[in-house]
Amino acid sequence: MLELDTVTAGYDRRTPVFRGASLTVAPGESVGLLGPSGCGKSTLARVAALLHRPDAGRLVLDGTEVTAWRHRAPRELRTAVGVVFQQPRTAADPRLTLADLLVEPLRATGRRAEAAARLAELAPAVGLTPDLLGRRPHEVSDGQLQRACLGRALALRPRWLVCDEMTAMLDASTTAALVAAVETYREETGASLLAVGHDRLLLRRWCDRTVEWQDCLPAEERP
Amino acid sequence: MTAENVLRALKAVSAGRAEDAVLSVRDLSVRFRLRGGRTVEAVSDAGFDLGAGECLALVGESGCGKSVLASALLGLLPGNAETSGTALLAGPEGAAATDLLAADEKTLARTVRGRRVGLVPQSPAAHLTPVRTVRSQLEETVRALTGTSRRARRRAAEDAAGRAAFPAGHLDRYPHELSGGLAQRAATALALIGDARLLLADEPTTGLDRDLVDRTADELRRHADDGRALLLITHDLAAAERIADRVAVMYAGRIVEIAPAHRFFGPAGPRHPYARGLLDALPDRAFTPIPGMPPELSALPEGCAFAPRCPLATELCSTRPEFTADLACHHPEHPRA
Repeated sequence: MLELDTVTAGYDRRTPVFRGASLTVAPGESVGLLGPSGCGKSTLARVAALLHRPDAGRLVLDGTEVTAWRHRAPRELRTAVGVVFQQPRTAADPRLTLADLLVEPLRATGRRAEAAARLAELAPAVGLTPDLLGRRPHEVSDGQLQRACLGRALALRPRWLVCDEMTAMLDASTTAALVAAVETYREETGASLLAVGHDRLLLRRWCDRTVEWQDCLPAEERP
Repeated sequence: MTAENVLRALKAVSAGRAEDAVLSVRDLSVRFRLRGGRTVEAVSDAGFDLGAGECLALVGESGCGKSVLASALLGLLPGNAETSGTALLAGPEGAAATDLLAADEKTLARTVRGRRVGLVPQSPAAHLTPVRTVRSQLEETVRALTGTSRRARRRAAEDAAGRAAFPAGHLDRYPHELSGGLAQRAATALALIGDARLLLADEPTTGLDRDLVDRTADELRRHADDGRALLLITHDLAAAERIADRVAVMYAGRIVEIAPAHRFFGPAGPRHPYARGLLDALPDRAFTPIPGMPPELSALPEGCAFAPRCPLATELCSTRPEFTADLACHHPEHPRA
């Protein structure tokens, strides 16, 4: 369960990107957040993924309020969230092989011992072959790299997933394949999902319900 | 019909080319030699004609060779590329056609790029010079391409902006002050200054939201309606459906089907199983991915490159199907009735 309650966030306190946004995602639910480019939905996604601290308002994850952190949210909460961004090229360390990329979160949390076993589960789940796993980002296509980024987001078995325009760069078949991989994971684990994007057809097909960006805002803040 | 016309028509028929094609591509192949003796076959035997006022959409998965094909047409490939085949660009007003693949850099730079072929780039924000206003970039291009006198330049730049529906009030802005849609229009305005008869649009809608995709696509269509030939390279099938007259589907470096857009997107549908799979992956259709992934362009199979993922593949598919009658498949599906 994720609850954003009248959240204000931005990169400069005097001119926040948005004021008073509210959104709830129930346990196991998938919600698609729709809005035009530049509306602030990516900033909201970063808040929901605990990557950006809101200036005001409450963020409640599974009953725990997580607004009171300073530089980074507490680790046990951060690791409960998996995030996939729009641009795999900028989201992936160019020096790592795709295999290293997939299990990087395990290494970063001191669970290196589990890496090989988890890799064997993750790679087929996101459709990566052994040949691809040995390559570095510049040797694979955007679609293949985004598969690895999705695998990385699932590595720690998050209870909660945020996908910010995950498929905006991808062709129709890769889009359908990545969405299927997310849904298989959610069926297995009951994880909740916030998918942010502008593709109405896609999010309506993918998610339990969709929310228009302006409906997250209080009446006086709507564009 | 004069004797000269008859001769020209005969020549066109014997070469199998549409007589009025602005661009006529035959057997276009691009190979990259890598260290260690590996070869990447980025484009193999591509062929198509593109007429004035027509929009051909080249669609396919990322990495299938679409953008390499566009770069080959502009002579913008890196040094380790080897090209073969022909790409005839019709000459201006009766002048001889130019083979874009055989032309030297001087010809391409002085007579082709910007003047006879306009490029609408993939990421306009990266294409525009960040430290100069849109007006200054338009005027520079006007000067370089048309040699318009200084006083007339301002007017010419404003006209070009108007043709691309770029608002005059934003001309004195810098690229970072523009939204994605306006930056795309600024880049389009630059591509239109030379009044080129052929426009290459390489993924012009990537990263734009749906309303902007529609608007950008409609604007490109308008330039085709003005008599230009438009080659739209995209993975966005919805954009292709919106504006294309014909669709060419590329898979693993080869064009596997060329079909009229109304049939391709209509109830009959495409005939190549790959093209059908691409459409079935759309969220408003079956939303099912094509199983597996495309082959490496450095390790293409002997036969049909799609066979390992194809539901209809048989032993026949271990030999490569010829591209005949706008299709390269041993088991084409009949158009759905």
